[in-house]
Amino acid sequence: MSYPRQPSRYLDDDLAAFRNMVASFVDLEIRPHADEWEAAGEFPRDLYTKAAAAGLLGLRYDPKWGGGGGSFLATCVMCEELIKGDTVGTAVGLLAQSEFALSVLADEGSDRLKEEYLAPAIRGELIGAIGVSEPGAGSDVAAITTRAVRDGDDYVISGQKTFITNGTRADFIALAVRTGDAGPRGISVVIFPTDTPGFAVGRKLEKLGSRASDTAELFFDECRIPTGNLVGEEGMGMRYVLSHFGGERLVISAFAVGIMERLIDLGLEYASARQVFGKPLTDFQTWRHRFTEMATRLEATRTLTYQAADLLDARHGSGDVAVSMAKLYAAGAVQFVASEILQLHGGFGQMEESAIPRYYRDVAGFSVGAGTTEIQREIIAAALI
Amino acid sequence: MNIAVCVKQIPDPATPYELDDENHWIIRPEDQVLDDTDRSGVEVALQLAEATEGTVTLYSMSPSGTLQGIRQALAMGADAAVLIDDPALKGADALTTARVLAAAMQQEGFDLVIAGTESTDGYSGIMPQMMSEILDVPCLSFARKVDAGDGSVTIERQTSDGFDVVEAPIPALITVTAGIEPRYPTFKGIMQAKSKPVTTLTSADLGITNTVHQVIRSVEPVAARTAGEIIEDDGEAYLRIIEVLEQAKVV
Repeated sequence: MSYPRQPSRYLDDDLAAFRNMVASFVDLEIRPHADEWEAAGEFPRDLYTKAAAAGLLGLRYDPKWGGGGGSFLATCVMCEELIKGDTVGTAVGLLAQSEFALSVLADEGSDRLKEEYLAPAIRGELIGAIGVSEPGAGSDVAAITTRAVRDGDDYVISGQKTFITNGTRADFIALAVRTGDAGPRGISVVIFPTDTPGFAVGRKLEKLGSRASDTAELFFDECRIPTGNLVGEEGMGMRYVLSHFGGERLVISAFAVGIMERLIDLGLEYASARQVFGKPLTDFQTWRHRFTEMATRLEATRTLTYQAADLLDARHGSGDVAVSMAKLYAAGAVQFVASEILQLHGGFGQMEESAIPRYYRDVAGFSVGAGTTEIQREIIAAALI
Repeated sequence: MNIAVCVKQIPDPATPYELDDENHWIIRPEDQVLDDTDRSGVEVALQLAEATEGTVTLYSMSPSGTLQGIRQALAMGADAAVLIDDPALKGADALTTARVLAAAMQQEGFDLVIAGTESTDGYSGIMPQMMSEILDVPCLSFARKVDAGDGSVTIERQTSDGFDVVEAPIPALITVTAGIEPRYPTFKGIMQAKSKPVTTLTSADLGITNTVHQVIRSVEPVAARTAGEIIEDDGEAYLRIIEVLEQAKVV
């Protein structure tokens, strides 16, 4: 017994064929290794080259740089399937590169930067990360203090970043730095090569969930990089970062859709086989109604997510609010479903050998990453009131 | 190098096959998928075409349906497809299938023909060899690796205890094993597949008339497995286990 996905008028046959391809990639390349990678706290570097060969790292970008010329909707379909490999951290690590680290570079970077960083990242030869959060600045991007001072043809960068996904092994970082005065207009984005002298990776951080993705704190001590590594214009960094959060939030929403599908699948399989008082759990009205609620929240999330993707694809002005609504709702819905499925599995759900408690831990971060639930509410409120 | 690849659309193996009550043929839905064993053949052809600046043309004899299976192979990177879709060919035997596909390849031209070892829904395993006879080209079977040379082709033929290296002049026909890992169709490939040329022919277009059809007289279900024997261990269960194993002639 598995969840009968509801048809969506946003998706066509091509996206259905693409979904099948990603699902078979996950069946062969990810799920069989999930336990091992989660225990190791990282997935092998060659997964980037395998994902690149399947066209998954540059899906949305210009074919000129090796991209797939796809859409945000296609990105949703990819994320829904990639997350079903029972290792959320692995999907997070791949998307931290393909969407989080590359989107500003793809939209605002110079051809030289695209040639040097975007194209090899799409080919899976380089690993990228995005560096915004600092010990004193998370959702409050305007508060960052990592400073880049011009010195001739170089920027000299000093400061600290934290909670950086892919941080321990990134080859380059799309780094938010302060090039000007305090406040939002003093921020720029540069491409920072991690072989620059003065750069150091601090601790690899132990996390509640997403354990197969590496997360690190990073230190910059008078690191010199060429001013040519500036993305777009100086002082525009805040706008670039905020305008590209939409992609990150969409990814999290689509991840939530995929996780809910996976969990409801696992739940239906378990509930139909598990006999209690002489009949399967699926015969008990309480579970029939709870599955109904889970499925409805799943479909509501999917609809909000696809609508947001469609608006982002159309570069519609309301795309950012739509994606904040999707992400706000998705985080709550996936946490609800993970909790219900954990309860359904009783004692088995408490055992680390099943994927159920892992998903339960992983989704806790969905109301924090890519802008907290509180920030999504502020964004929506600003458009409402 | 102009490479012809035999591919087949089959009902999705993930769903149970149904047989027609009257003639016992597999009921083929509109949505058929690419036979998984064909992916390796497409992969080999694409690698050879990339190395020789060649082209890859798919050949298939089946109802077109939604072309889903053919598009899967086009999405991997094949350039074009020739499909023989003719109700008169329903139930054609392996020799007729070989004649039809060979005629289409002769009409279009080829340097190399690549096929899987056998289809997943028919399992005859003899069609490629028949085609090589009709096309009058050497047949190199069970290739686990293929290299194209200047006017020749060399394969590693899988054997039970290793492999043989076999070389033949082109044109030639090769059957490939499933050991060659196929590429994934990318999103770009899926989008491009829609605009690639698919030519549909009938047996009359190929001048083939006297087609032979198999007749399936009857189909019997596989005998149900009998329930096993549960041996309760009262301390001497091993004696009964040895007895059962001796009866089965395994000890």
